Amino acid sequence: MAAITDPATEWELAPPMSARLRGSLGATYRAARRDKVLAASITVLLIGLFLAFFAPTLARTDYERTDPVNRLLGPSTDHWFGTDNWGRDVFDRTIVGTRLSFLVGVSVTVVSTVIGVSVALVISYFRLLDSIIMRVVDGFLAFPTILLALALISLIGPSVGNIIIALSVTATAGKIRLVRGAVLSLRESTYVEAARAVGVPVPRILMLHVLPNIVSIIIVQATFTLAGAILAEASLSFLGAGVPEYVPSWGNIIATGQGYMQVGFHISFFPGLFLTITVLAVVLIGDSIRDHLDPKLRGRLKTTAHS
Amino acid sequence: MAEVLLKVKNLSTLFRTEGGVVKAVDNISFEVRAGETFALVGESGCGKSVTALSIMRLIPTPPGEITSGTVEFDGIDLLKLRNREMRAIRGSKIGMIFQEPMSSLNPVLTIQSQLAEPLKIHMKLSSGAANDRAEELVNMVGIPDARARLQQYPHELSGGQRQRIMIAMAMSCAPRLLIADEATTALDVTIQAQILDLMQDVTEQSGTSLLIITHNLGIVARYADRVAVMYAGKLREVSDASDMYAEPQHPYTVGLLRSVPRLDSDKGAPLTPIAGEIPDLTDLPDGCAFNPRCLWAVERCFTDDPELEEISTGKRVACFEHASVSLHD
Repeated sequence: MAAITDPATEWELAPPMSARLRGSLGATYRAARRDKVLAASITVLLIGLFLAFFAPTLARTDYERTDPVNRLLGPSTDHWFGTDNWGRDVFDRTIVGTRLSFLVGVSVTVVSTVIGVSVALVISYFRLLDSIIMRVVDGFLAFPTILLALALISLIGPSVGNIIIALSVTATAGKIRLVRGAVLSLRESTYVEAARAVGVPVPRILMLHVLPNIVSIIIVQATFTLAGAILAEASLSFLGAGVPEYVPSWGNIIATGQGYMQVGFHISFFPGLFLTITVLAVVLIGDSIRDHLDPKLRGRLKTTAHS
Repeated sequence: MAEVLLKVKNLSTLFRTEGGVVKAVDNISFEVRAGETFALVGESGCGKSVTALSIMRLIPTPPGEITSGTVEFDGIDLLKLRNREMRAIRGSKIGMIFQEPMSSLNPVLTIQSQLAEPLKIHMKLSSGAANDRAEELVNMVGIPDARARLQQYPHELSGGQRQRIMIAMAMSCAPRLLIADEATTALDVTIQAQILDLMQDVTEQSGTSLLIITHNLGIVARYADRVAVMYAGKLREVSDASDMYAEPQHPYTVGLLRSVPRLDSDKGAPLTPIAGEIPDLTDLPDGCAFNPRCLWAVERCFTDDPELEEISTGKRVACFEHASVSLHD
């Protein structure tokens, strides 16, 4: 929201991508300075991303090697989060597990959002296609997410790629339903009719007039999807339909720990804590983005910040 | 007499609803001449807006459908155009302003991007040129501090300002015809007058014809050159505006005029409302649709439906008894 000094020259050439990126990063920074919750949430996610990239080099032990002598040790200076039933370091396995959880979460969110929003925009203008696609979507939504993902994975085999595919299918169905509803109601709005009355072609109406109005819905839903996918991956791994047991993921570690709740509470507790904090951060960021995208709320935030 | 710009002939639009088929516009014909202000009046639900949307071909189909007629604009039948060709006319040759200024601007786009849009689409202007022109337009419709306004969002403007922006947008490509569909109904009375004056000014300057759709007879009296009175989907009387006020020839027009106060009527004289209600459009009475409420109805009115007939130069009335109908009894 930089002050625009001369609109004519400012907009003559679209600013280069890097400048636009810098602009939005700057806006995020300024928003985070006003909003402590947002700042904390972003910090949590940055740490998560950092771990996802560098955990294997940060790990102090070989997180896959078993060490039966030191099994089920409680947290100590040697093993910050203790060790599991095979004597593997829970701290190392948890931070390495960040990698898989983030990969699945982000992939499922991106795939389902891109496909879901595109499909919803297209079918909203084709009645026949709409009724066909929506019946398929109803079919997918009739099953609980985990059940459907389990069925798909038993069909195509457990692997990280297949987990992403299975979770994306159900997430996409939900997105199509949500976005289509929003598009259909916006299509009847006076300003869309007014846009048609000045001769704006349908694709341009969808991209320029409808899409910006549903961005907040899409983003909030995306944060739910991200949180949901991380949880679903954990559930699938917990149920044994995810990645193999020796590969650390938060869900896997929690699953391992559940058999040792009474003697080794720490095994499930720490990855569970990571999971909870990450999901909370994502949801809070979603809330905050929604507030900042709404021009009406944005004005209000600005005035309250100044007063 | 100026050339005819818009010639609507035998236009019928119907809606297929669950309650039955509604003939929202039933075989209507009228002409709008270049540069004139033409008013279409009638109560809610009589088909005024559907007429406007039919001209623009913005009737939602289904359930709506234009079943017959021609809409000749500048010699071209709009109803025969392909969608792409019609889109090129909307916003460039015909501008339209809607009833609700609160919701006819997109809440998440700046005024600038919305004002510049028709300029980019129809006049193929670059972003820079379109933005410069947008600023001129905002100045033209009398909003101060145009440059700052352009960067604002619709919710930061008042209702009157938004309707000014809509006028600027509708006039941006210098259309030949401006359709104002109840454009001032949602505004308070002083703003109404300002907006109408503005519309008249900008259309007069550019020689644009103005088609005002309203239920407000005061607006008609002050701004319209000619007027068509609509009731239950049909035109009942078409005449010069001054004629209509002096000598209404259709019972419905008389009823409308008797139900508003006049400066020349006796002080304290009661207003006479039109008895009864608008008929159900899916189940119109036989004969003339106005017969249940008509003070002059004769036997024939309950069996035959009168056609619009020219009774003197420039005056057409659809009533068997028009000769005996008079404002003063």
